Amino acid sequence: MKMSGAEILVECLKKEGVRHVFGYPGGVVLNIFDVLYDEKDLDLILTRHEQAAVHAADGYARVSGKVGVAIVTSGPGATNTVTGLATASMDSIPIVVFTGQVPTMLIGNDAFQEADIVGITRPCTKHNYLVKDVKDLAQTVREAFHIASTGRPGPVLIDLPKDVTSGMCDFVWPKEVNIRSYNPKYEGNKWQMKQAAEEITKAKRPVIMAGGGVILSGASKELKELAELTKMPVTVTLMGLGGFPGTNNLSMGMLGMHGTYCANMAVQNADLIVGIGVRFDDRVTGRTADFAPKAKIVHIDIDPTSIRKTTRVDVPVVGDIKQVLKEIIKNLKETKEQWGAVRKSWLKQVDIWKMERPLDYEHDNKIIKPQFVVEKIYELTKGDAVICTEVGQNQMWAAQFYKYDKPRTWLSSGGLGTMGYGFPAAIGAQFAMPKATVFDIAGDGSIQMNIQELATAVINKLPIKVAILNNRYLGMVRQWQELFFNERYSHTNLDVVPDFVKVAEAYGAVGLRATTPDEVEPVIKEALKIKDRPVFMDFVVDWHEKVYPMVPAGAAIDEMIFGEKKEKKQKFDSSQIKIA
Amino acid sequence: MKHTISVLVENKFGVLSRVSGLFSGRGFNIESLSVGETIDPDISSMTIITRGDDLIIEQITKQLNKLIDVIKVTDLMEVEHVEREMVLIKIAPAKGDRPDALRITDIFRGRIVDSGPKTFTIEITGDEKKISAFVEMMKPYNIKEFVSTGKVAIAREGLKK
Ligand SMILES: Cc1ncc(C[n+]2csc(CCOP(=O)(O)OP(=O)(O)O)c2C)c(N)n1
Ligand SMILES: [Mg+2]
Repeated sequence: MKMSGAEILVECLKKEGVRHVFGYPGGVVLNIFDVLYDEKDLDLILTRHEQAAVHAADGYARVSGKVGVAIVTSGPGATNTVTGLATASMDSIPIVVFTGQVPTMLIGNDAFQEADIVGITRPCTKHNYLVKDVKDLAQTVREAFHIASTGRPGPVLIDLPKDVTSGMCDFVWPKEVNIRSYNPKYEGNKWQMKQAAEEITKAKRPVIMAGGGVILSGASKELKELAELTKMPVTVTLMGLGGFPGTNNLSMGMLGMHGTYCANMAVQNADLIVGIGVRFDDRVTGRTADFAPKAKIVHIDIDPTSIRKTTRVDVPVVGDIKQVLKEIIKNLKETKEQWGAVRKSWLKQVDIWKMERPLDYEHDNKIIKPQFVVEKIYELTKGDAVICTEVGQNQMWAAQFYKYDKPRTWLSSGGLGTMGYGFPAAIGAQFAMPKATVFDIAGDGSIQMNIQELATAVINKLPIKVAILNNRYLGMVRQWQELFFNERYSHTNLDVVPDFVKVAEAYGAVGLRATTPDEVEPVIKEALKIKDRPVFMDFVVDWHEKVYPMVPAGAAIDEMIFGEKKEKKQKFDSSQIKIA
Repeated sequence: MKHTISVLVENKFGVLSRVSGLFSGRGFNIESLSVGETIDPDISSMTIITRGDDLIIEQITKQLNKLIDVIKVTDLMEVEHVEREMVLIKIAPAKGDRPDALRITDIFRGRIVDSGPKTFTIEITGDEKKISAFVEMMKPYNIKEFVSTGKVAIAREGLKK
């Protein structure tokens, strides 16, 4: 039976198991939207901006592990997806974005709402397609989902000219995908995995450094097993939060620019770094020449280009983390080492670093400290929420003061650092997990970048809790100006910040405000009670607060700056330290 | 170090810009790039001349491999190989110099492919050394125009370096 391209597209999506699509209509995708109008098994969620549709698809993918999908129109609709695609690309998130395109006949003529979106998005997608014939449509969709979700995942874009979605042809669902030039390697090299196990056995001061790859590969269980078996302390990157339980004794928290003192010291003094699903980016390594200067580096990743891109590597293992870790664990079990005894003094040193300079801040009785808000959210949700973030200080405090025990509960734009990511990502997350408590920990600047999504959340009755750490500043930039630009606050004071309570109410959401520390808990509790609409919590916080520790750009990661209070080292009794 | 990299790609619309975009986007140097169809019309071959230390060349070959439409990448520096390039040179020698220019062309096994009242166009094929030696020799004869195909290269059979 002949079907239109639009019908074929929708059929393909259903075959791929898609239930939710985020999108925004326009001229050249009218026929797709028309098919969706009668569709029972596939919901289109109308966002209020195409960027938000892509972030929502991304959030959906991060929480569920499934491919997120967005459909937008040509021209401005398509160009609005670029930030979303680049965000997903940097963080290796599997999404497929469909853009409408002018009819093939008109391509290249500067037709109304024409944009060369395939050209524009080539560097920020894993792959992209322009479908020129409706006969190729099903095959292309199949390939796109395959490419997005296998190997190192990433965004794929399919550009659909209007005549392709209106053209008719028989629908044939390709049984399998076979792309001769694309064969990701999942199995690690046996010899290299053995080498890795040997290095772990030989090491006196090893550190596991785990990243987003652990979460993408679904390898948290294996990571925990490896760490606990060999008693290796673990630090995670921003993208790795939740990949290893933050409450585990062996956890040192995050490393890098705003990492913990303990994690950064441990890395700099380690004799072995086991990098797992990380890409050693500059926010993590600091000055690369002085990164982990005493350590050998084992690097496990599915993407060969990650290896030796920024740092030296002694033992590379290319493969799927879950499979590789299983094999390494098997090798290690055969050694029958007495790990507890071997690692005793190293773990003691790690605990000393933990106690010497833990993450903290000076609490105040009059003014709300932003860190206090994050701590309260952790306490009141018992660590059992999905936390999305915006970008800036809010993001770093959310990373530092909330402990992530489970994978896929931390959603943050790590690689691109996209302000405006968190709120639409929370919408995607809430669709993927309707029962979950979903927060967006936001800044007053960032939330304004996709604040229009209040409408999407209200219409869909999503009980998303947006905690705005309102410091009336582009705080993170102001922090840099204070520390490195002689306190010349050029254009970082937001001066006019809207009344977020009223904004929320104007959209039909709930607005709450806390201006003193004792109002923080009641506000969060109130927000947690609301089940049928989004809530904005406006926390008027101390704008002086800075994110510490901080490694200045270009410094080694043990060259940290601390807040004033932390200069007085706390006294502690090292005999009290428990060894894991 | 200069490297000659041979890349087999799907003969699809847009593949050339994926490859060239990779080089510009990642700041890799590209000295010459030539593309042509292979015997299999679905596959094109590219010869890329690039420069970089070992780490950069490693990244270049890995990044090329990562492109979905790239089928095979060979760094020809790792194998014995033959390289050729063809150039067309239009010269306008002074009247009395014409016989000399023709003789040198002959010595280099060049061919005259066009001639006018004042100019000759010479076709010459060879490796980099030969071409640059020839160009050097032609300089006194007033080179008007110069075009090159860029290099193409192929591995020699059965020889590992
Ligand atoms: C789209 C975008 N534009 C600019 C930046 C640069 N930037 C990084 S943090 C930041 C300030 C964010 O302000 P706010 O959301 O209020 O967060 P705060 O740091 O105050 O918590 C800016 C402008 C960015 N990351 N993303
Ligand atoms: Mg702010």
